[in-house]
Amino acid sequence: MSDLWRLTAHEAHEGLRSKQFTAVELTESVLARMEAVEPRVHAYITTTAEVALEQAHQADARFAAGTATPLTGVPVAVKDLIVTAGVRTTAGSRILENFIPPYDSHVYEQLLRAGAVMVGKANMDEFAMGSSTEHSAFGPSHNPWNLSLVPGGSSGGSAAAVAAGECLVALGSDTGGSIRQPAALCGVVGMDPTYGRVSRFGIIAFGSSLDQVGPIGRDVEDVVTMADCISGHDPRDSTSNPEPLPDLRHYLGRDIKGLRIGVPKEYFIAGMEEGVKARIEEALAVFEGLGCIVDRDLSLPSTEHALAVYYLIAPSEASANLARYDGVKYGYSDRSHGTMWENMEHTRAGGFGAEVKRRIMLGTYALSAGYYDAYYLKAQKVRTVINQEFQEAFGRYDVLVTPTSPTVAFPIGAKVDDPYAMYLNDIYTLPASVAGLPSISVPCGLSEGLPVGLQIIGNFFDEPRIVMAAHAFERALGWANRLPEL
Amino acid sequence: MVAVATDFETVIGLEVHCQLVTKSKMFCGCSADYSGAEPNTHVCPVCLGMPGVLPVINEQAIAFIVKTGLALNCEISPFSKFDRKNYPYPDLMKGYQISQYDLPVCHDGWLDIEVDGATRRIGITRVHMEEDTARLLHRTDPVTGEGYSLLDVNRSGTPLMEIVSEPDMRTPAEAREYLVRLRQILRYIGVSEANMEDGNFRCDANISLRPRGITAFGSKVEVKNMNSFRAVHDALVFEQKRQAAILDAGGSIPQQTRGWVDERGETVSQRSKESAHDYRYFPEPDLPSLRFAPEYVAEQRALLPELPDARRRRFASLGLSEAEAATLTESRDRADYFEDVSRALALDPQRSAKLAANWVLGEVGRWSNTTGKELAAFPVTAEALAGLIRMVEDGKVTSAVGKEVFEEMVASGRAAQEIVESGGMGQISGSDELRDVVRKVIAANDKAVDDYRAGKEAAVKFLTGQAMRETRGRANPQVIQDLLKQELG
Repeated sequence: MSDLWRLTAHEAHEGLRSKQFTAVELTESVLARMEAVEPRVHAYITTTAEVALEQAHQADARFAAGTATPLTGVPVAVKDLIVTAGVRTTAGSRILENFIPPYDSHVYEQLLRAGAVMVGKANMDEFAMGSSTEHSAFGPSHNPWNLSLVPGGSSGGSAAAVAAGECLVALGSDTGGSIRQPAALCGVVGMDPTYGRVSRFGIIAFGSSLDQVGPIGRDVEDVVTMADCISGHDPRDSTSNPEPLPDLRHYLGRDIKGLRIGVPKEYFIAGMEEGVKARIEEALAVFEGLGCIVDRDLSLPSTEHALAVYYLIAPSEASANLARYDGVKYGYSDRSHGTMWENMEHTRAGGFGAEVKRRIMLGTYALSAGYYDAYYLKAQKVRTVINQEFQEAFGRYDVLVTPTSPTVAFPIGAKVDDPYAMYLNDIYTLPASVAGLPSISVPCGLSEGLPVGLQIIGNFFDEPRIVMAAHAFERALGWANRLPEL
Repeated sequence: MVAVATDFETVIGLEVHCQLVTKSKMFCGCSADYSGAEPNTHVCPVCLGMPGVLPVINEQAIAFIVKTGLALNCEISPFSKFDRKNYPYPDLMKGYQISQYDLPVCHDGWLDIEVDGATRRIGITRVHMEEDTARLLHRTDPVTGEGYSLLDVNRSGTPLMEIVSEPDMRTPAEAREYLVRLRQILRYIGVSEANMEDGNFRCDANISLRPRGITAFGSKVEVKNMNSFRAVHDALVFEQKRQAAILDAGGSIPQQTRGWVDERGETVSQRSKESAHDYRYFPEPDLPSLRFAPEYVAEQRALLPELPDARRRRFASLGLSEAEAATLTESRDRADYFEDVSRALALDPQRSAKLAANWVLGEVGRWSNTTGKELAAFPVTAEALAGLIRMVEDGKVTSAVGKEVFEEMVASGRAAQEIVESGGMGQISGSDELRDVVRKVIAANDKAVDDYRAGKEAAVKFLTGQAMRETRGRANPQVIQDLLKQELG
């Protein structure tokens, strides 16, 4: 019973349902695992054992009452920009180091409704700005496959927690790759749903037109279970889509013979590691073996501009979103400098980290009078072009398949002082984010002992097809719930 | 004023911010009616600007701004959107204000004003929707003498409509008249209380001078901090003189923002153009764009009441004077009440209108003036007032008694008929009842009796008046005269 933390959520659900163990036992197993490995992994900013045990007791009561859901009693990590009433929510920033929200995010409400168990608030790059968790004000997380490496980011804590057995599934958020890239680097599955599929109410905003909450898990089925739980219209988020929700579990275990797969050549560029390239080529062969029609001649010529578009739009939105942190109402406040304006300046100077300040400045500049047309407006126009190219592609293909990241996990410290090198980590995940398309990263093997991720991109609200492709691929490859030894 | 008019033409444009009377705030469910509430009690995570919260558009506010645009003869944009206006200030909870930049809901309208008998059409550039800020209260510590500020977030996020005029006004009087007309329309269509003293109707003015005959604008000064129509007028008069003096002396007017200091009766410089904000507007990513279908606009148009101008013309067509029609239509309540009384009288329409106007402008107006209350608080229903008017018309009571009955109706809420019957206020026409009164009057007024007998007909009028006084106005004056002539033979 001590290794319950090794189970996937759906395996755990079977065990709970058939009374092989209780939710409290499952939670205690995960809490014990956290005690054992958390000092080395540092997946969490805040652990919530008390909350978890109480929720686990409630979960057991639900099993007894027959009102359990597939997530009842399942230990979950929640990225620390997801607002949780009564539980400190920092967004990885010193400026919110003492912020205890009086309200719940929509996604956390959904988890509570499902009876899930929150074991902690996962570490992240400050305000989700980063690809390694090194920009967390609370110190970096470590990759469970090799503790000297980064787990990716910004949802690095969530991915590391899943891979280290410090939870069974996790919630992350993705703005330009922040779920998929850490999932790839940690050898787990991560899904970024269509923009608008999941309510952003209670998600501390970074890039409002890009942010989307999504699940990270040890196999496609777990990710799908979580996605079904958190998706759906929420009147409190006007960008949340009222489209009817497909039951994604329905698309597990499907035959994908005849699925038309486009492989955009712009994703196979210099800077991509040979080992990554080899795993992707093998993955394409797997799809061909499954009877899919794989076309390697697709061209999405504007792909290379996605990085520039992203680094204009996201920082612009962030420059406004982060204006509220002035030390007056909540959070870190430096009031030792005399006037109100001086105190605000020092609060922001001391409360924000370097990367956050860099992006606030980038965004402020891009929106400034005289620059707006050349930067922000131009970026929006190119965004439309990128969208159109994707739409044309989806006229011919059901899904697109690319690498998730050009490299495997890299050493802590290797890129933290080189922002542009750090930004290039997301080069394959940015285009789908900019377009608002759903995408999923699934493990496709190892390179030099480290996981490689395969990205599957679908059309708007076509999560069913990426789930079908990802699940069929996962089964064919025989890689699911593979955990590194710690 | 005289010196200015000879050399310069004044150009004035006004920006009016007006709070809408929606139930809830612009982007959250908090009650927007916070007047009199304890500070920081009408607040939630959304209007407090807490991390992770999102705005949701108040549909009622959008309907109100569309109605406003239609009442101001504006085009309603088929496509509109919200933008973020970025500037740091402690009363701005998110560090940006959700407002509208390049695609306001309404644009290109007009409003007719009348000053000194001439009608002028003032262009409306745009009407856009935004959210109000929190309120800062600046205090001084009585012990240390140090200044500090308190923040009341109740106002934060209440729906605010900005109405921007073209620079079409030429005198401070026109500016005031524009505000009067605008307030009247906003109240008529029921979108705002539009009360400047309460701060739900605020006005900033742009004013510049140019040599008469020149079409190019002079550099403009924005004037703020005016808390009444009178203040707007006085501030603009002050600016006219100040700017004219500078220009006359060969100087130039720096573009700047000035604040009106009411106690001192002058404007003072607040901010120069160089230090103006770059608001870094960009489309609000948290909100969908607004699309107005022609059907929706038609629906809102159908909901508009008859507007003051049209109503005034209609009242005048019923035979009322221009002044009467204008006063009756000043507020929708008054015009409605007048029409209700008129309808209840059910006489010939012109006669009904005339009688109703006399009473509504006369006695009801006096009640309003002496009590300081709005018509909405007037306790007598239109039907009840019409009942009284009819009794006077039918000669059942004299008009003097009618006024007494009116007072009694206001005080007791009882119907005119009932008051007259129980209180003995009906007109006395019986010769038997009045003969004693007439004899008493004759006995007490020897001089007048002598005058009459000496052939002075006017003495009858005096004696009649005395008899009326004896009966406290209830006697039928014709019967009294007849009796007097009989008795004095």
